[in-house]
Amino acid sequence: MNETGLMTRPTAAASTLPPSTPKMTIKSLDFFYGKFQGLKDINLEIAERRVTAFIGPSGCGKSTLLRTLNRMYSLYPGQRATGEIRFNGQNILDAGVDLNMLRAKVGMVFQKPTPFPMSIYDNIAFGVRLYENLGQREMDERVEWALTKAAMWDEAKDKLKQSGMALSGGQQQRLCIARAVSVKPDVLLLDEPTSALDPISTAKIEELITELKVDYTIAIVTHNMQQAARVSDYTAYMYLGELIEFGETDQLFLKPKRKETEDYITGRFG
Amino acid sequence: MTEHTHKQFDTDMEAIRSGVLTMGGMVETQLSRAIQLLEQEQEESGLIDIVAADEQSINRMQVEMDQQCSQIIAKRQPAAIDLRMVLTVTKIVNDLERIGDETKKVAYKASQTRGHQRLAQVRYYDVARAGERAKEMLQLALDSFARLDPNLAADVVDIDEEIDAAFSSVMRQLISYMMEDPRTISTALEIVFIAKSIERIGDHAKNIAEAVVQVVKGIDVRHATADQIRAEVAEE
Repeated sequence: MNETGLMTRPTAAASTLPPSTPKMTIKSLDFFYGKFQGLKDINLEIAERRVTAFIGPSGCGKSTLLRTLNRMYSLYPGQRATGEIRFNGQNILDAGVDLNMLRAKVGMVFQKPTPFPMSIYDNIAFGVRLYENLGQREMDERVEWALTKAAMWDEAKDKLKQSGMALSGGQQQRLCIARAVSVKPDVLLLDEPTSALDPISTAKIEELITELKVDYTIAIVTHNMQQAARVSDYTAYMYLGELIEFGETDQLFLKPKRKETEDYITGRFG
Repeated sequence: MTEHTHKQFDTDMEAIRSGVLTMGGMVETQLSRAIQLLEQEQEESGLIDIVAADEQSINRMQVEMDQQCSQIIAKRQPAAIDLRMVLTVTKIVNDLERIGDETKKVAYKASQTRGHQRLAQVRYYDVARAGERAKEMLQLALDSFARLDPNLAADVVDIDEEIDAAFSSVMRQLISYMMEDPRTISTALEIVFIAKSIERIGDHAKNIAEAVVQVVKGIDVRHATADQIRAEVAEE
């Protein structure tokens, strides 16, 4: 029988995420490929030691946004960003920013595994040598540490001298993650890190992302919405260069605020 | 609502939606028959067997509907409104099946309590009337599902409170009879069971109406009062 009037009403916790400070703060960000505007007035905070996922149809600007976070676009003439991306106290869009240091602090892993054509050991040591002067023993330790972080140590420890190119796709991708982690970055940018991998390798990378967020701030672009739902704490839905909705992943996949988001995540798009 | 890119997904979702309405219709018909049995002084022959057969069909429908919902979850990984719809359908199907069970009990007990003059007023009038109200509740709840209209939920909760009150009143009357004349006890107890079943039917109908709010609005209004539901549904 219903006696609700006499009882306090049970409710589910509204927010499951403990508060986090922003690691990167994006303000009024516009991005141009020549005359074409790829990003329009993006305002967003990337929370520290959380996973933020970017979803949206092809061409919506999610990879572009990721590429502004470590100025990867600066490699290409004609591409420019205006606005502000505040990271460790400075606007990384400023002209005087040391891009090499920035990219050491904001590491990136791409869709296709990109191991260097050298041994597994050197794949990792190569990047470290650019930033640090380590002795042999310290370097050995760093390589082991990075491979352990990327859940690769057990598979790689007996073949450190073998070429990184000889590994399977999933292993190559984890090697790339180890390489990104080896220079001790603050932020890891993952651009569709599992789209070229089989389900088991994908599951390993997803598991790895969950482990890595204990130490790192992670931003991931993915076409796999279920992946965004599984691994991320926050999700941003983008469309035609605009940020349509940003919020806690748990909320966004259950009851998005915007109809456009709902249409996209329920497969009613286009 | 715009269509899914996968047209088969639309077809699957429409199948479970219309399945609930079909099953709801079956339960409504069964409940009408049970109430008819409750109101009749002379039992219509064969009607009780029909109510029992109804219950069997409803059970089969429950199993089929749950199967369909599992298939959608396994194959489509529904999100947002689709996910809420599938989860809600499994709950509604469960409530409908329970209503079917309670309705069968009402029908059987109706036969066992017929002809006791002293209790006629309670049985044929008060309890039967509560049954009619429970049927209206069910209709309203199914209507809110068919139209995906969350505004009816609060009305359903209002009627539920009325039925709860009616149940208490029936209990008081029956207790008086039983104290005055112990020969009425066995029949009175059966009438208590009928009233309890009707009260449960009301609760299940309430669950259905609240589930519709969950689908449409994405808010959980279970255990809320009618006024709270009105306020929350009106928001946004």
